[in-house]
Amino acid sequence: MTDIHDGNDKGDAPKSDLPQPAIRRSKLGFSLVWLVPIIAALVGISLIVNHWLSAGPRITVSFQTAEGIEAGKTQVKYKNVVIGKVTTIRLAHDRTHVSVVIDLEKDAQTFATKGTRYWVVRPRVGVGGVSGVDTLFSGAFIGADAGNSDESESNFSGLETPPAVTHGAPGRRFQLHATDLGSLDIGSPVYYRRIQVGRIVSYQLDRDGKGVSLQLFVDGPNDRFVTKDTRFWNASGVDVSLGADGLKLNTQSLATVIAGGVAFQAPPGPRDETPAAEMADYTLFGDQATAMAPPDGNPRYIRMRFEHSLRGLAVDAPVEFLGVKIGRVVSVNLDYDEKKQSFPVIVGALVYPQRLGAAFDKLSQLAASRGDADMSQIMGKLIDHGLRATARTGNLLTGQLYIALDFNPKAPKVAFDPNAKPLEIPTTAGDFDKLQEQLSSIVDKISKIPFDTIGQNLDGSLKELNGTLKQVNEQIAPELKETLKQTQKTMGSANSALSEDSPLQQNIGQTMEELQRSARSLRVLTDYLGRHPESLIRGRKPDEKPALAAPATPAATDDTRQGSKP
Amino acid sequence: MSALPRAHDLGIIGCHVCRQVSLETKKAHARCPRCGAPLHRRKRDSLTRTWALLIAALLLYLPANIFPIMRTQSLFSKDDNTILSGVIELWRAGSPDLAIIVFTASIVVPVLKFLVMGFLLISVQRSSQWGARQRARLFRLVEVIGYWSMLDVFVVALLSALVHFQVLSRVEPLPGVIFFGMVVVLTMLSAMSFDPRLIWDNRESDD
Repeated sequence: MTDIHDGNDKGDAPKSDLPQPAIRRSKLGFSLVWLVPIIAALVGISLIVNHWLSAGPRITVSFQTAEGIEAGKTQVKYKNVVIGKVTTIRLAHDRTHVSVVIDLEKDAQTFATKGTRYWVVRPRVGVGGVSGVDTLFSGAFIGADAGNSDESESNFSGLETPPAVTHGAPGRRFQLHATDLGSLDIGSPVYYRRIQVGRIVSYQLDRDGKGVSLQLFVDGPNDRFVTKDTRFWNASGVDVSLGADGLKLNTQSLATVIAGGVAFQAPPGPRDETPAAEMADYTLFGDQATAMAPPDGNPRYIRMRFEHSLRGLAVDAPVEFLGVKIGRVVSVNLDYDEKKQSFPVIVGALVYPQRLGAAFDKLSQLAASRGDADMSQIMGKLIDHGLRATARTGNLLTGQLYIALDFNPKAPKVAFDPNAKPLEIPTTAGDFDKLQEQLSSIVDKISKIPFDTIGQNLDGSLKELNGTLKQVNEQIAPELKETLKQTQKTMGSANSALSEDSPLQQNIGQTMEELQRSARSLRVLTDYLGRHPESLIRGRKPDEKPALAAPATPAATDDTRQGSKP
Repeated sequence: MSALPRAHDLGIIGCHVCRQVSLETKKAHARCPRCGAPLHRRKRDSLTRTWALLIAALLLYLPANIFPIMRTQSLFSKDDNTILSGVIELWRAGSPDLAIIVFTASIVVPVLKFLVMGFLLISVQRSSQWGARQRARLFRLVEVIGYWSMLDVFVVALLSALVHFQVLSRVEPLPGVIFFGMVVVLTMLSAMSFDPRLIWDNRESDD
């Protein structure tokens, strides 16, 4: 309706009839639409500012390999909190390593300082256990451990293995010195009373190459058990030692059997209980027994000269004094004696006089009072009393030898030079050697027996015997056969003669009966003659009539009756 | 053929609301004498508004592309994707068709809009007479394809609403998608505030 009306107006009405538009000013002087780009710009600027403010330092870490690291994805974590992200991975110019550029977050600025360590956390399966299993699913990440320096640093060289000790962990580091590493490794456990209290952190060869230094970390609060007198020993694996002492088997725990480990403990007896200082030095002993043994003090080198073979004497064989182990053999060498045209064996040994205990104290006092600094005078006296070194068999099964220092009063006197360096101790042949000598003399005697001639004589005799026997066989044997037949015949007739129904036997029976009869009649005769001797002269009298037997008396029966009455 | 007279040539102006025709005045802020609605021959401050919104959109387009728009978490991985990295990932994952769609919707269309709108604005401001018909077609094209850019926003919105399997997989929207959405809305607003009649002003003849 209105449209039509307007249309009509437009068409018909002259221009001057049209109404003037009303003017109403808006209060705002500018277009509000510009607020939109302003807000957008503000948002953009705030984002940029925010990003700029939150951007932390950019660091470069070099690794041997970028295995598992992905640019833009791999995160840097500290205590499992993300502190940064890998942005780019570059190969070094000389292609020896990779450079990983990491953008750290703003609040992780302290990680761009000297001493911070970075390593790649990957799943690791080691003898000590399994770590980083979560990275199997989430992918590797870079672990970080801040140092305590304030100096900023942007280039780091990453560790290939995770550090055993994180910075700021309570506990202390100690240094161990050993002759070799054994089966120890970084991360090998450290035990105190068979509880794991720490681990090996690092190891390196000594500068002179003569030993190995190991750093170990003992976690707090157990680090207080490491005192100044503590002894460390290698509890690695299975310790099988086959020496003159016999077979020895020693283990700490099943884990150490595989992974190796170090154990420590304070020695028995009075000791210094003050906790050791950080990075204190200790010696790593081979086993617990050596570690727990009292300190050896300074070793003394002695030399012994044996005139016989020392098969079975090995380096490290024990040196015993009256059964107390006081040292060990360090060298077995041959020498040549021009005069005797022989090869004596020179045995060098280290002895620890302090292992003698009270005896050593007394001896050293005695020596000091005499102004005998190195106790060689006393040694001389002992040797005069028969102190001799002998090589003895410690183990009959293996034939291992050890050196025994014993008093042998029967030993021939020897000249001793107290000023000789090193100290030379005279030797005697050992029991076994004596036995050997005796045996050899026996063998000598046996060898002197003229077995050849004996054999020849024996052979001739045997031949003669053979001839004799042949003769016997040929001539005597048939005769013997004849004789034996005759004998058999004789025996057969004798047998028939002696058989029960033979006439001889019967005759003998009859004869015996006759003889019996004669004997009876003779007895009758002698009886008669005994009673009637007169008949010898007068002849036999006619026989008397026999007297009648009297009947039994009644009185006697009465008596028996009375007797039975009561 | 000579040009037909336009309202401006006749010195009259019509009200957009009640269709009242009144005399054109040079003064600003003229209102309809009958209904009081603002009188304007063309959309008011069309160029200014279009410019402002376009610039705002352009400003927001930077964070929209720099910031990740979506986080895909699965059992084994966690991925933050920007628009471009998402496209690349789709391409690599073996669905180039999808990658092309997303690339077109999220990159080509907004950039095209910026370019076209900028070109239209500049040509109008320079009173260029060149290819008015083509320019009008371009503008219509921009208006039509404008909202297709929202595809990416919808993908993120749908995925983050649907894919919620706790540990197994999860999709989360990230701030980039907000900026991107704002870019799309602002470009659409910008296109809306552009008055295509401006293209036809200053012409000498009705060809």
